[in-house]
Amino acid sequence: MSLPPLEDLVACHQCDTLHAARTIGNRHIATCVRCHATLQSSRPTALVSVLALASTAFILMIAAISFPFLDLDIQGNYNATSVIGAILAFNTGRGVPLAIAVAFFIIILPLMRLYAIIYAIGPLARGVEPRKYARQMFGLAETLRPWSMAEIFMVGVAVALVKVAGLANVTIGPAFWAFAALVVITVISDQLIDRYTVWEALEQKLAT
Amino acid sequence: MGSARAETGDLITAREAGLVACRRCGQVHWRGTQVCLRCDGALQSRDEKSLQKVWAWLIAGIVAFFPANIYPMLLTNTLIERSESTILGGVVELMNYGNYGIAGIVFVASIVIPVGKFLAIGYLAVSVHRKDRKRMHQRHRLYEVVEFIGRWSMIDVFVVAILSALVQLNAIASINPGIAAVSFALSVVFTMLSAQSFDPRLIWDADRKDTP
Repeated sequence: MSLPPLEDLVACHQCDTLHAARTIGNRHIATCVRCHATLQSSRPTALVSVLALASTAFILMIAAISFPFLDLDIQGNYNATSVIGAILAFNTGRGVPLAIAVAFFIIILPLMRLYAIIYAIGPLARGVEPRKYARQMFGLAETLRPWSMAEIFMVGVAVALVKVAGLANVTIGPAFWAFAALVVITVISDQLIDRYTVWEALEQKLAT
Repeated sequence: MGSARAETGDLITAREAGLVACRRCGQVHWRGTQVCLRCDGALQSRDEKSLQKVWAWLIAGIVAFFPANIYPMLLTNTLIERSESTILGGVVELMNYGNYGIAGIVFVASIVIPVGKFLAIGYLAVSVHRKDRKRMHQRHRLYEVVEFIGRWSMIDVFVVAILSALVQLNAIASINPGIAAVSFALSVVFTMLSAQSFDPRLIWDADRKDTP
């Protein structure tokens, strides 16, 4: 059995079926013939958009941490919280590990992931040589994907708002809107990014 | 991108061709290569210990799910009363106030999704053990859904975090997290790890000739 050169082959990451790699047209999607998983999708200027969106999300995250998130007012009794405050809520006795975990899920991991994406894709978008460890950083971003839970936190906030709405007046602070925008931007940027193209670009740039 | 063999009946896998594929970037290498040349990820033709890890994390997840439902999630203190509510209690409370939509979201995220995940992962693992050749597409779909949806169970933990941070008005009203929040978060994390340990290529291996 003769095989084409290995660079011209792609194996489906879900079912291991071998495919011959081909350049696909813009706005086309290549799927696995056996299990229909997406192998490659191609969009013009996607890398530049991803870089722009990731940078925006990074700045918004800084804003979301710094500004007040929600204010509560029950008949003159007043309490304000920030995103950090939500994390410190668990910071009593047995809750400390959970406080650390929540900090990772909603702030630290999303920030690390955004930084890793910017680090790896930045030079590619500008068409220059990738930075050292760009591949490891992009791999890190991929590993962190399921663990960065900013969007889930936002749904949790919505549920919490409904729960206290009858009890008290809640004022929404600037950090709330920053966080909401951040979630939308992160989701769009994740939709745009095509792993296969990025890996290929990182490899080619490395070889030359 | 076309298939390596044109006819669908004649597909070969990387493993059958004596190759090993990188799950992260799709690049194939000769068998025996340890590290992917393209993305620097670890290479494994099949994760041999996949099912062991799946079962271990799954059992841990189920074990943590019991205290999460028995112990209180929220401790509420007001001027007149002190109450504790479990996950299910919180849902009932929301329904009493007429918030059926939100009650539905919490119920689905905290009860339906975790239990559904336990059943789905268990079923997938058993079907791979039995080398089941039926409904491969459906099982693969189920795996994708489980992997995508698992993280959303965290909603309730974040609700507790926000409520406890926000409602701190000394004597008048305060809300504090209960011990169930910790076990629930653990249960979600364990089940996510269980789903991630599952190697979906094992589903598709059932109708393949055994190649070493």
